[in-house]
Amino acid sequence: MTSFLKTLVRTPWFWGIVGIVLLLTLNVIKDPNYLSLGINPTTGMLAGNLLDILRVSAPIIMIALGMTFVIATKGIDLSVGSIMAVGGAAAMESLSAAGAPTSVGAMLTAIGIALLLGAVLGLVNGLLVSVIGLQPFISTLVMMLAGRGIARVITGGQNTNATNEPFRQIANGQILGLPISFVAAIVIVVLVSVIMRRTALGLMIESIGVNPAASRLAGIRPRPILIAVYILSGVLAATGGLFTVSEVMTVDVSGTGYQMELDAILAVVIGGTSLAGGKFSILGSTVGALLIATLNKTVLFLGISAAATPAFKAIVIVVLVLLQSERVRGYVLRLGRTRSRKEAVA
Amino acid sequence: MSASVSTSSIDLDKVPSRGFARIWGRSQSVIPSLAAVLLLIAMLVYAELAYGRVFHMGTMSSLLVSFAPTIILAVGMTIVILSGGIDLSVGAVVAFTSVAGVMLMDIGVNGWLAIVLMIVFGAMFGLVSGVLIQYFNVQPFIATLAMMFLARGLASILSTVPVQAPDDSPILLLATDFKLIDGPKVNDLVLTPGFFIAVLVVIGAFFFLHRTRSGRTIYGIGGAESSAQLMGLPVARTRVSIYIISGALAGLAAVVYTAEVGGKAQNVTAIGWELDAIAAVVIGGTLLTGGAGYVLGSVVGSLVLATLWMIITKDGTIRPEYLTIITGGILLVFVLLQRVLTARRRR
Repeated sequence: MTSFLKTLVRTPWFWGIVGIVLLLTLNVIKDPNYLSLGINPTTGMLAGNLLDILRVSAPIIMIALGMTFVIATKGIDLSVGSIMAVGGAAAMESLSAAGAPTSVGAMLTAIGIALLLGAVLGLVNGLLVSVIGLQPFISTLVMMLAGRGIARVITGGQNTNATNEPFRQIANGQILGLPISFVAAIVIVVLVSVIMRRTALGLMIESIGVNPAASRLAGIRPRPILIAVYILSGVLAATGGLFTVSEVMTVDVSGTGYQMELDAILAVVIGGTSLAGGKFSILGSTVGALLIATLNKTVLFLGISAAATPAFKAIVIVVLVLLQSERVRGYVLRLGRTRSRKEAVA
Repeated sequence: MSASVSTSSIDLDKVPSRGFARIWGRSQSVIPSLAAVLLLIAMLVYAELAYGRVFHMGTMSSLLVSFAPTIILAVGMTIVILSGGIDLSVGAVVAFTSVAGVMLMDIGVNGWLAIVLMIVFGAMFGLVSGVLIQYFNVQPFIATLAMMFLARGLASILSTVPVQAPDDSPILLLATDFKLIDGPKVNDLVLTPGFFIAVLVVIGAFFFLHRTRSGRTIYGIGGAESSAQLMGLPVARTRVSIYIISGALAGLAAVVYTAEVGGKAQNVTAIGWELDAIAAVVIGGTLLTGGAGYVLGSVVGSLVLATLWMIITKDGTIRPEYLTIITGGILLVFVLLQRVLTARRRR
């Protein structure tokens, strides 16, 4: 039992769950009915704060998933927020041009265009990083700048809105009482984990993160893998953008996905994927994304301005990187050792 | 990494022995900066031919005055990038320090003291980044990204609506117009103390980087940190001070900017300014990997951005949404240029 507890405490995502529980407790203290679910009389669907958190978490899970692999290769993708806006803008523009409020075909076209654009932008990131050899953060910083501009160009600088019932259902509809976007996100997470862990792909990604030169000598070609990782991140970011715009059926070219790259990085770090690269935890990143969604909702619920949330996230990320650093770890280890020695003496 | 820390010390075994080749070999690290100067001249000439009234004292003064904060930020960013780091927090630090400073003036704190405090606040953000980076081995862009969100969040906690400094605040004196050359009609060379602060910062940084031991240490850290350490250079102290300087300059940029907009401050100002600063530094020829570059190049880089912005406003047919794409494109071209040059030098 104690050994089980010990492994649990050492699992990084365990602390993510502790964080979620703490935040939810805080909300329950403020309003004892926070966790209750009810039927919304106008839509006849299950409604409640927990479901809201799940809906908000879907896009964060997507970008965090993509970021997990990028960080595992020792890279970073700062463009995910902008690619979300590009994906959302493309979908809204295509739906409003189609003008078919109930057509499933129009929805599929919109989704296809958005994912394709995400893949193209991801490909550009991947080429810049792997073929030209630019630092990941500067390549994706350029894409972050340009992506926001591309989103504006797509919509002509406007916040395009559209009506298409099937597309609206993605975030607003439910399967078994859960938001469709959340269910879709979980399905994608499971699919990607199967691909990563049942094939050698995941291992190769980790090996590039540990030592690119050694992995090349071991017969792993880093270029195609790096490109694939950035394309995956781009496609997942565009998916996140689709989930986000589906909620309100409007794309806000300067607001959609704005500063979400920190959410993704934060989720990955909470999940125990080291920023130094070389290992990843998909489950951890998903828990991290849920924690961030809970944090976003909690800050709003406690009546703090939404603009202030970054400060809380910054504090969380500073604490986490401190816990990951050798200096703090060494100090904690030394503390533990002296304590056990004292116990032994006693 | 290339060992060329300045024009005078290049890889000795690769120095070509004669004539043109030697000059070429010695001046390689200046090429990107020269390219930036040529680009600036080309852009100015193009703008003059296409729209007119560019080489015009009125236009020039408004260009220089409105880009003074960007120049100050670019100077700080140059020092950080030369050391092989990056500071993504400067825009948010400008937002926080300007809101905090104006609010201090509003509650009756002495105006000059408030200005000093703005710079101190900026330096404190830099101190935290520097300590995280040096002593806890956090990657520079993660540490400064965290500070960016912290500063932006704190600014929003202070106020989400614009705040206005009292009319008698001394900060407004920094935006007083000084007519240096009285031209015909409205064609005057009019500059502000804020602009002169930027000039002083540039001169100060130039002497600091090229004429002091600390400046040389910064080039050393960016060139090869372990060698710098082995040479006994104070790497830890210097690295922390680099981020403190960058933060303090962000605070100073906030002072100049707040003065220029008439004492108004808001939590959403200066979004994306860190990218302008990085772009200015890279266009100016400083290697993103650190170790080689010039602060004067970054000034040229800022002016390139300023001219670009002027062309887009004057043109009117280029929609503003293209601005970030164009800035991103130029940034990319210059990063690629650096890549080509460093690859050739290493060969």
